[in-house]
Amino acid sequence: MRGGCLPLALICGFDQGWRHLFVCNGIHSAAPHVKAALFPNAGKSAKPLRMSLQVTDLSCQRAGRVVLSGLGFTLAPGRALLLRGPNGVGKSTLLRALAGLVPCSGHVALGNVALKSADWAEQLIYAGHLEAIKPQLSVAENLAFWAGLYGGRAADALAAFQLEPLATRLAGACSAGQKRRLGLARLALAKRPLWLLDEPSVALDSDATALLCDQINRHCAGGGMAIVATHMPLDLLNAETLTLSAPIAPMADPFLDGAFA
Amino acid sequence: MTALLLRDLRLALRSGGGAGLGLAFFLIVVMLVPFGIGPDTALLARVAPGVLWVAALLACLLSLDRLFQADAEDGSLDIIALSPLPLELVVLVKALAHWLTTGLPLVLAAPVLAVTLNLPADGYGWLVASLLAGTPALSALGAFAASLTVGLRRGGLLLSLLVLPLYIPTLIFGARCAANAANGQPALPAFLLLAGLSLATLALAPFAAAAALRSQLR
Repeated sequence: MRGGCLPLALICGFDQGWRHLFVCNGIHSAAPHVKAALFPNAGKSAKPLRMSLQVTDLSCQRAGRVVLSGLGFTLAPGRALLLRGPNGVGKSTLLRALAGLVPCSGHVALGNVALKSADWAEQLIYAGHLEAIKPQLSVAENLAFWAGLYGGRAADALAAFQLEPLATRLAGACSAGQKRRLGLARLALAKRPLWLLDEPSVALDSDATALLCDQINRHCAGGGMAIVATHMPLDLLNAETLTLSAPIAPMADPFLDGAFA
Repeated sequence: MTALLLRDLRLALRSGGGAGLGLAFFLIVVMLVPFGIGPDTALLARVAPGVLWVAALLACLLSLDRLFQADAEDGSLDIIALSPLPLELVVLVKALAHWLTTGLPLVLAAPVLAVTLNLPADGYGWLVASLLAGTPALSALGAFAASLTVGLRRGGLLLSLLVLPLYIPTLIFGARCAANAANGQPALPAFLLLAGLSLATLALAPFAAAAALRSQLR
């Protein structure tokens, strides 16, 4: 037992002091709480649509640390959700949890397909921090590979992100912004209802950012949904904002919480 | 599925892919043995099957550690895992690509190198047959070990320690098959056991590797 050198009488008699000792030693780790605030746009449709994304009581841990807890929101078809909040607050974790790449508890469903079901991965396209491209392959070869896995035509994706002039260039020889555009071109391949984008506009110039926003707007106009974690202003129609806030309060009982961490 | 196979083959053959590395290593190791043992043709003929098999095992190891790690580092593994292709099939296809770029060249080079080790004439056919049957198992077992070490830095070292003991049964029956043939003894029993072992490995390893990858992704 931790602090086993303390006499038993001290533990029993000076409970308050014992707790203090716990905090001072840094054994107790307060779980950060994430408070979600949803600001829906005015003029929301009254009729609930069938394929909306429902997230209820989502909680997530990474390396024993609670990153998200009690998060809930609903996203209607045709709408985009901007995730905002300071670094480390759990935006990427939320996106990875929604992609099914990070274990989480709570209820997530898109229409009647739940997060844990086998069909979930076919509902979404995930684009993370990493572009998932091979530097030894050309731009067109990279896209042809993803088209082979996900379906769709590589030529359409090239056109959607104006990558035709780069088609034969090796991806390793592209600039950071061009690589980012190549990574995002995957979005234009298969028609999936939910797009999960993690900082998609990083390294993009203003023209390419406009191109990205245009793609997201078109996707939403077709009844799709997009969840975008970003620090930059994006010119999206029909966008709502979900702000994840930094840890606010320590646990109610640091003694117990530390003991089970 | 074809897209994944073609991509892996293309990556292996492009610069930095390391397709020729295993073959070159195999050549060097086998060529070193006569220098180490000396020009005793009778002794060389006796150790030839074992040396060729051990060198093939080591050559197989060289490119294994990048099998999944390269995809994990650039984020491709996440995207592949989210694709409609089952992860078990992904493992099988990647193991197949590894065998085509590493195992198959070894099988083709082995009879040429057997000449330098003075392998008796009867042994050549069975040597090639045993390598052909055994090397797919090496790739499949290697894929399993590679999936276990995908998240680790310097995972290649741990991978060698994990995978070499698993290679022992394949080595025993493979080398025994070629050695029996070279000594004029029946080689078929050892070959059948090797083939059975190979098939069982090919059937089971993708499931084990996919389970390991799933836990690594989280």
